[in-house]
Amino acid sequence: MTASTVEAAQAVVEPTRYWTRQRKVGVGLAAVGVLAALLFGALATGRKAEFTLAETISGSAVGINGTVGAVLFGAIAALAGAAMLVTAKRWFGWLLGVGIVATLISFLCWQLSQAPDNLNTIPLGSVARSSVTLALPLILGALAGVLCERSAVINVAIEGQFLMGAFAAAMFATLAGSVWVGILAAGVGGLIIALLLAVLAIRFLVDQVVLGVVLNVFALGLTGFLYEQLMAKDQTRFNQPTFVPEWDIPGLSDIPLIGPALFKGNIFLYGAIVLVVLIHVGLFYTRWGLRTRAVGEHPAAADTLGVKVLALRYRNVLVGGLVAGFGGAYFTLLSTTNFNKNMTSGLGFVALAALIFGRWSPIGATLAALFFGFCSALAFSLGSINSPIPSQFLNMLPYIATIVAVAGLVGRVRAPAADGTPYIKG
Amino acid sequence: MTEQTTATAEDLAAVGADQQPPPKTFAGKFLANLWTANSFTVTLLAVLLALVIGGILIAVSDEAVRATFSYFFSRPSDFFTLSWDKVSDAYAQLFKGSIVDPEAVTAAVNGTGPWERVFFPISETLTYAAPLALTGLAFALAFRGGLFNIGVQGQAIMGAVGAAIAGFLLPLPVGIHLVVALVFGAAFGGMYGFVPGFLKARTGAHEVITTIMLNYVALFFLGWLIIQKGIQDPDRSDAISKPVDDSAQLTHLLGFVGPSLRVNLGIVVAILVVAAIAWTLKRSTFGFELRAVGLNPEASKTAGIGVGSTYVMVMTVAGALAGLGGATIVLGTAVSLTGAVIGGVGFDGLLVGLLGRAKPWGVLFAALLFGALSAGGNRMQSFSGISLELVGVIQALIVIFVAAPALVKTVFRLRPAKVSGLGTGMSKGW
Repeated sequence: MTASTVEAAQAVVEPTRYWTRQRKVGVGLAAVGVLAALLFGALATGRKAEFTLAETISGSAVGINGTVGAVLFGAIAALAGAAMLVTAKRWFGWLLGVGIVATLISFLCWQLSQAPDNLNTIPLGSVARSSVTLALPLILGALAGVLCERSAVINVAIEGQFLMGAFAAAMFATLAGSVWVGILAAGVGGLIIALLLAVLAIRFLVDQVVLGVVLNVFALGLTGFLYEQLMAKDQTRFNQPTFVPEWDIPGLSDIPLIGPALFKGNIFLYGAIVLVVLIHVGLFYTRWGLRTRAVGEHPAAADTLGVKVLALRYRNVLVGGLVAGFGGAYFTLLSTTNFNKNMTSGLGFVALAALIFGRWSPIGATLAALFFGFCSALAFSLGSINSPIPSQFLNMLPYIATIVAVAGLVGRVRAPAADGTPYIKG
Repeated sequence: MTEQTTATAEDLAAVGADQQPPPKTFAGKFLANLWTANSFTVTLLAVLLALVIGGILIAVSDEAVRATFSYFFSRPSDFFTLSWDKVSDAYAQLFKGSIVDPEAVTAAVNGTGPWERVFFPISETLTYAAPLALTGLAFALAFRGGLFNIGVQGQAIMGAVGAAIAGFLLPLPVGIHLVVALVFGAAFGGMYGFVPGFLKARTGAHEVITTIMLNYVALFFLGWLIIQKGIQDPDRSDAISKPVDDSAQLTHLLGFVGPSLRVNLGIVVAILVVAAIAWTLKRSTFGFELRAVGLNPEASKTAGIGVGSTYVMVMTVAGALAGLGGATIVLGTAVSLTGAVIGGVGFDGLLVGLLGRAKPWGVLFAALLFGALSAGGNRMQSFSGISLELVGVIQALIVIFVAAPALVKTVFRLRPAKVSGLGTGMSKGW
């Protein structure tokens, strides 16, 4: 081997810089940990902060002195951050997890230790349960997005599909006197928007982001209009569905923490779990999934190999509409039992954010949705322990946490290569 | 074989038609282009189609009309006359509420009615159009720069907050106070737009996520702010801020005709800003870089344009525009901050920006159209009992049809336009 080739080979190897992303995050985490220890430690009182695994605040609890807990867990977070500097890429995920959880516990120690005497307990079982419940529509909406966008049709219209689903569920569940009819109707409601999306995007080549935004306004206007013309005039006839039944899985539902979260559920919870698994397996282990991903990345190549690009896109978008419509039924059959104008209040957009945050994968999107659900649940719990933080700022928590997570931890994401570009056979 | 020859003959005919000398006179050109898929015809037909579908919704949702369904096949005339009455009445109110009410004109001319009622519809239209033009521009500018600014709502909220705070906290003389309040509005909105731009440039965080999240943050912040001491109106127990000082309010342009004419300097501000942005986009370096980055960020980077800094600038300016939109509401009509002070003007801005094809003057016309629909919708709701939500449906349909020229072309069998500003060239992904 001549000297020149050796040199060339060395030039190709990128010089490893000391300040990798992991180390930068480490410094950030260490700073946050120190700040938490000092700030929360100073603010916390010497009273006890208690955590129970149950759904109620009674029962056996783990307690810790507020100041000690706040300082201790802040220090743990700082140590985890410092450890990242040494270990760099190894154990990054674990250390990050430890750091975030420790910061959170430090924060909770402060919050709980200043709460009134009988409120200084957080029932983690109930937090887990409401995290999952609040995440359900987001999971379903994001799954609808996965189906569309993996085959390269951008779906910004999740919000509209939610609204149509919620409206149809409330209306037809009331008319038929059965929630199951409502759920079917919700699917159809989502399907209507999906059909518009599919035809206009695939057949008429409309800019898909634009189309999604407009379809949201369309669905908002249409459901609002029909609500005022029909439902508001006769609520008992059109707008009085019942809750979906609760199905506890015997045995499993008694497991602490996980039991109430995953096994005391309803059609939406079990449906979401089944759909996540189905779509994940389908997307990565079946012929349909391979073709879908091929169409999303390089439709021309897929076409050359005989995949019917447009038909596959139509099918995926329509199935996505069914899923999002089903998610819409959550709003009128589970979280409340009546339809209201704009009741989804932008959660379809949050589902879209979860989809991007989760990097267009079913599992990732689910985790992102759960993260959001957890932050919302935490905000609720803090509200109920008389937190000194104003409720408006608590309500901001999931949104700010998402921004921090997206900006600080996720960074640049890559959509399916053909996402948003219509395919013209030529 | 025969089929092929026919096709060729047709092709030849088509080519021959193309080669005909173009009409010389303006009228000739106008007529020749009338039924082609140019942007004017498509927009007009889009409005028409949207109104037709809206009419169907009005008819179907009406109780009396639905009653005729049961005997539709034995006497269909009932259905048609009733529907026609209902729909034509609704759209007549829409027109009277947005442009002019002929009865009011007759009355004013005869001296039996006030002139105020003649100008009222157009005043309302312009009042609604002013903030819409600004928020529409906020979306359109970012769109031209290749960014999808869903955060117009949040930026407009922050703008309203900034303008209101300057409006009731700063003791300034007439004239200066208004300017300062507007600048505060723009600055607050601009700072709020800076955040997603900066995050995008530095960390690659997708602007769609960050702007959506920031919308909520702004909304909750507003909810918190208006119940704070020093901000909340001390005479009120509900969540409302102090009113903006008179010196900071936008002057009512037609106040001398009658007090109900709300049209204010906001529309003048909007038109000036539209002109400024049109110039910036077309003539300035920033505008050139913005468009280049919007069309192709990679090529722009190669050409030496700072893509990141352009993103930051675009979002900051877009935020300032949205903030100005929020400011015109609080300084012009709302006067006090409430939880829903700007309504949905930010989200409507997205539609206005799209309908205006992301071009400044187009945005202004789109805002006028949407303003007219909102103003007319109010009258339609109170006179014909048709929910204001219908206006939202019609607005969405108009934009769908405008965005899908191929659809309108198919429905009306338009000839393809020779020079078309339409098309799907802007279709691109995230």
